[in-house]
Amino acid sequence: MLRLTGLTKRYDRGDPALNGVDLVVPDGEVVALIGPSGAGKSTLIRCTNRLVEPTSGSVELDGEVITALSSAGLRVARRRMGMIFQEFALIERLTVMENVLSGRLGYVGFWASWFRRFPPEDVRQAFHYLDRVGLAGFENKRADALSGGQRQRVGIARALMQSPALLLVDEPTASLDPRTSRQIMRLILELCGERGLAAIVNIHDVALAREFAHRIVGLRKGVVVFDGKPEALTPDALTTIYGSEETDA
Amino acid sequence: MPEYPDVWRKPPFIASAWLRWGIGFAVALYLATAIGSVNINWVRLSVGLPRGWRFLTSFFPPDFLSRGDEILEGLEESLAMTVTATAAGVALGIPLGLGAARNLAARPVYLVCRTIIAGSRTLQELIVAIFFVKMFGFGPFAGMLTLTFSSVGFIAKLIAERIEAVDTAPLDAIRSTGASWLQWVNYAIQPQVMPRLVGLSLYRLDINFRESAVLGIVGAGGIGATLNTSLDRYEYSTAAAILLSIVAIVLVAEYASGSIRERLR
Repeated sequence: MLRLTGLTKRYDRGDPALNGVDLVVPDGEVVALIGPSGAGKSTLIRCTNRLVEPTSGSVELDGEVITALSSAGLRVARRRMGMIFQEFALIERLTVMENVLSGRLGYVGFWASWFRRFPPEDVRQAFHYLDRVGLAGFENKRADALSGGQRQRVGIARALMQSPALLLVDEPTASLDPRTSRQIMRLILELCGERGLAAIVNIHDVALAREFAHRIVGLRKGVVVFDGKPEALTPDALTTIYGSEETDA
Repeated sequence: MPEYPDVWRKPPFIASAWLRWGIGFAVALYLATAIGSVNINWVRLSVGLPRGWRFLTSFFPPDFLSRGDEILEGLEESLAMTVTATAAGVALGIPLGLGAARNLAARPVYLVCRTIIAGSRTLQELIVAIFFVKMFGFGPFAGMLTLTFSSVGFIAKLIAERIEAVDTAPLDAIRSTGASWLQWVNYAIQPQVMPRLVGLSLYRLDINFRESAVLGIVGAGGIGATLNTSLDRYEYSTAAAILLSIVAIVLVAEYASGSIRERLR
């Protein structure tokens, strides 16, 4: 279970990007985080695994206070938070298999990873996940030889290799066509269901969020302004989140 | 999950095992023989070390005063050479760089520009300097020409590479407005390569100044000439003062260019 308490991030100048966000995500729940550009969606995800250091507030995963950890402790904790990115963030010049196995780097020593001699269990797991995301037989292709949808599947397999308790998903479909977007969202949802993973999914596409998420959280100017079931997301609620067309949001 | 393999090997870069090991063995063999052929002589090394030390200590204390006027004159000359050569090098290097960028220039233009660049870059500064000294006589003019010649190749090659790496979406966007070629370069390319161009020019300024300290040895003027004279007269204290001045100026240039680039982001 993920618990954010009073999470605040203030960059050097201007208004806070996140302002006292409280959020609890139980295991197995997929939360779609929606809101206008600049509302703090990415900041929230990145503060959770401390890629961005929060200014104040706390992040707690399964009872462990992530925000209180030293850098060594944070490294260990990060293994349980798989991240999936908008532009896939694969290492383009490495093979698909190396990209997937890189999800184990937090568990494997330097020389084993240097010589690409991952433990047999990890390799078997990697083949299994490649098969699960529909990329069996792609292990020796270079990542830059894949299509967008295939790359995102590699990104998902890499996150799963971490044996995460939580998935942090930042705009997984923004670079994909509608059909591929739906496939990817369905895959993420299924995997969270199979493994009881909690997930926070930043997403621009409200229709996709409605269809696939268990719960929707609306963020505006760094503040949670909506939190409820997809059915509760009425036109009025959307206006609260995004502002009306006439006003400058 | 028993059906999945538990071993994976990265496909090697060279597929044929024979070729892979053959190349590796050949390189190792050559390295071993090459190391053998350079005659590392420990006796000579042990004799040479104290001799080198004596040479170094004769540089101390540095003497800025007894030849102060000559040092100052040499530095001024070097600075003038450096600045003019860098300005000329950038002015000539930009058009050459545009011509040498594969995504801008027609094939024949590209080949001609690349050939000029290759010529400028293969000839070492000292050799070019000797040539210009023969042509135009001793003095900073030959040095200035030498530095210009090598700056042109440097700027053109590196700016061409930056142009080839520009983001292509703006190129299409500006072309689709009906812009002329020059407008296209001005709007779609120039803003993208400007920070790199400024950085390169400042870096080249730095290189040219250091280079000017060497060119004097073959008679191409500047602080190098002063340095050479002091070494010929066995005035090592003065030579030390000159070297320290060069170091100081290079450090100032380094710091200045760093802060300028910082502002230019």
